[in-house]
Amino acid sequence: MKSLWRFLPVGVFVLLAVFLYLGLGRDAEHIDSPLLEKPLPVFALPDLSDPDRLRTQEDFKGAATLLNVWATWCISCRVEHPFLVRIAREQGVRIVGLNYKDDGTAATTWLQERGDPYAFTIVDADGRLGLDLGVYGAPETYLLDAHGVIRYKHVGVIDERVWVDILQPQWKRWQSPGGQP
Amino acid sequence: MHPLRKQRLWVVVFIVAFSSLAVALVMMALRENINLFYPPEKVLAGEAPVGKMIRIGGMVREGSVIREAGSLRVRFDVTDFKGTVPVVYEGILPDLFGEGQGVVTQGKLVDGVFEASEVLAKHDENYMPPELIDAMGPDHPGPKKKAP
Amino acid sequence: MMWPELGHMAMILATLLALLLVLVPLFPTLFPARIARVLALSHAGCVLLAFAVLLKSFYDNDFSVLLVANNSHSLLPWYYRLTATWGNHEGSMLLWALVLSLWMALVAIGVRSQTEQFVSRVLGIMGSIAIGFGLFILLTSSPFERVLPDVPVNGADLNPLLQDFAMIVHPPTLYMGYVGLCVAFAFALAALWEGRLDASWAKHVRPWVLAAWSFLTIGIALGSWWAYYELGWGGWWFWDPVENASLIPWLVATALLHSLAVTERRDAFRGWTLLLAILAFALSLLGTFLVRSGVLTSVHAFAADPSRGLFILVFLGIVIGGALLVYALRAAALVKPVRFAALSRETLLLVNNVLLLVAAATVLLGTLFPLLMDALGQGRYSVGPPYFNLAVGPVLLFVVALLAIAPVVRWQSTASGVFIRSLRLPLVALLLLVPVLAYVLPAHDRLAAIAGVLLSAWVWVIVVQALWQRWRSSARMHPRFLSMLVAHTGVAVTLFGVVMVGLYGEARDIRLAPKETYALGAYSFYLESIGSRTGPNYQAVVGKVLLIEGNDVRAELYPEKRHYRSGGKPMTEAAILPGLMRDVYVVLGEPLDGEAWSLRVQVKPAIRWIWIGAAIMALGGMLGIWAKRRTDSGRAP
Repeated sequence: MKSLWRFLPVGVFVLLAVFLYLGLGRDAEHIDSPLLEKPLPVFALPDLSDPDRLRTQEDFKGAATLLNVWATWCISCRVEHPFLVRIAREQGVRIVGLNYKDDGTAATTWLQERGDPYAFTIVDADGRLGLDLGVYGAPETYLLDAHGVIRYKHVGVIDERVWVDILQPQWKRWQSPGGQP
Repeated sequence: MHPLRKQRLWVVVFIVAFSSLAVALVMMALRENINLFYPPEKVLAGEAPVGKMIRIGGMVREGSVIREAGSLRVRFDVTDFKGTVPVVYEGILPDLFGEGQGVVTQGKLVDGVFEASEVLAKHDENYMPPELIDAMGPDHPGPKKKAP
Repeated sequence: MMWPELGHMAMILATLLALLLVLVPLFPTLFPARIARVLALSHAGCVLLAFAVLLKSFYDNDFSVLLVANNSHSLLPWYYRLTATWGNHEGSMLLWALVLSLWMALVAIGVRSQTEQFVSRVLGIMGSIAIGFGLFILLTSSPFERVLPDVPVNGADLNPLLQDFAMIVHPPTLYMGYVGLCVAFAFALAALWEGRLDASWAKHVRPWVLAAWSFLTIGIALGSWWAYYELGWGGWWFWDPVENASLIPWLVATALLHSLAVTERRDAFRGWTLLLAILAFALSLLGTFLVRSGVLTSVHAFAADPSRGLFILVFLGIVIGGALLVYALRAAALVKPVRFAALSRETLLLVNNVLLLVAAATVLLGTLFPLLMDALGQGRYSVGPPYFNLAVGPVLLFVVALLAIAPVVRWQSTASGVFIRSLRLPLVALLLLVPVLAYVLPAHDRLAAIAGVLLSAWVWVIVVQALWQRWRSSARMHPRFLSMLVAHTGVAVTLFGVVMVGLYGEARDIRLAPKETYALGAYSFYLESIGSRTGPNYQAVVGKVLLIEGNDVRAELYPEKRHYRSGGKPMTEAAILPGLMRDVYVVLGEPLDGEAWSLRVQVKPAIRWIWIGAAIMALGGMLGIWAKRRTDSGRAP
């Protein structure tokens, strides 16, 4: 009987591990956008290529879209960019850029030099739309369905693995206007 | 009793006595020294206790920071966009304190004003107190990002 | 040249070698046990190569490596470029792996007196940890990832907080300590595996624990010192989760050292020693998890990443859960009851162990409490320094009170007459000290201060008496006894610093316009001017403050507020006038109305004693290693 005492440390540890696991889960939830399953917030921001033209949430309706948050100062965006260009060209994925807290000229040069995967790019110079969206950092990508409702959010670089394993299935699922789970 | 067994008994008694003393000490210390976090929305809804040490956090409202001339007293509003709480503080504000920045303050609610004894700003651009992320959703550069 | 790819390959090879290393003791018929040593050395060579490659990438400003691009800058001086290697998550994990492989190599070379089978088992257990970290690095945090094809022209720069001397030495030292506890862990598991624990086991583990413990002590002290002068708050310990993550293993390792002494000398506490050896390393792994997973956020936390956290948690589950289970199942066979009297060094060390573990558990509880409450849906709590001071402080004070009498308590049993007689002189000395202290110490908090200083003096007096007695009887002092005296003196020195700073440290937030003066105690602070200065990669506002004592200018202090060009956040550079008995610490706050600025001025009595004490403790630890070597060679035929 007395040797049962020796199992006490394992027991305590298992209990602790459970709590730590819950703690991890908690952290993952934080990255979720507060707007998940909700329509894109109302906004009107200039287009990068044509500053007189205002883009709004209405421009997202009609087809499933990836809204990609990027900036020229973001090093990871450089890693991601070529891949976005590829999926836009090869798979016809509709991607809209959100140029986040960036310099307009630098952003235009960037797209000229590296290719432009975006259907259009919204200029969010002071990060207001980013704030409404709950942007955590760049790069970050939102998947919107054909009704302009946010269906998924990915934080970090999109690469082959992320695209094939996570985003592509989601994108296919929400692609058609009547797309339902 | 067998002397070895007697010795073991003493050891166990001793460990139990000390551990319970320690547990009592810990419970007492915990009861006195933990602070619950409230977002401004909950403070306005009257959920936060008055006159008890708590923490509130959110964004420092743009244009709300007012320094009292000739002293170190400063007033500012903390908002989570659902509610706003006025805060007064006397002392040096942290380096990263600023309007439109995330902040967590510790202090007491007195007559609808939060008298802060400590103001904590984010430690760096990659850090945001978890409470703030909960309370309002972050607007700040995350770990993936570096300022230009 | 594809250097980073070479580093990556070396890391893969290192992990494979670690896997082989684990297989050796598992299949003794297939592999001769002695190749374990060769494998461990080759593993260390590979990790060293990988690390050297990363150092080279940083040194060469190879911005095609993502990690370099994100954490370095071509304008950084070369030494900061090198230290930037471990100023980030990926690099610090590689450092962890490097340090582990280094300890493995040391075991492979240094352990000569055990059987080859035992050594292969020890190395196999350490190898399994190396596999975990190797996979972690390769799968979730590769430092060798490239930014291709668009190589950035320059990097994003190293966090200015980390551009500092202490930052160069703090992480490697701390890791040497953390990871060094792995040796004791592996020795304990190997003993459980063999089902045999002979008398020499404790003797051979002890130097390893002493080495790890000394590194850990210095590492923690360096971190505390760095936080003191670099963070600009003038505190030396913040009960920050990451600090706690290093303090907890230190407390348990301290308990382990003492328990090992009993096992070595009296062959008692075997089960307890084994458990502590497992716990000490388990808690340093847990610390790594807490820091790396972002479960607890703090100053030190690098990027929070749940997938990394999950990996470490699973790894932790296997290693710690497995080790504790092995302990539960096999320890009974190794335990052997040994008798000792109520007044004996065994009892004293038992009490010491319980107290240290209670302190460790209390710190752990306070650190994890917010997490527990959140998981239980009880809301978001924070646990502040007052909790730790109140709950941990008294326990540690009690530990000090007991460690003081260690030199006069003998193994097995001490006659109470002898015991009382040997305490008579120290007690008289303390009594004589009371009026002196009452005269010297400032009026406020005088009682608490007298109690604190007396506690520190209590240790000193008994140490001096012990030295005197040995001197007079011209008995040869065993180096082990000396190492204990030295380490305990270190504790007393640290305690003195803690008491003085805690009770008589002064801090004021003030508003000063140029040509104004503020008086604090014996000092006056005269703000002469506010100017500016251009540094290599920053622009600074500099205050010129004259420190006046009596009618003399004691020092000119230049607190700075720096704006680094690479990042928008201002950095506070404190101006410190260091001194053995007091530091004067001035920080520039922010501009106020008119010409005035806010300043924080502080006087910190005896704060340096805290770190000097830690250095003395570590010295005691090293003496202990030397003592072991000496007795070994002395006994050799």
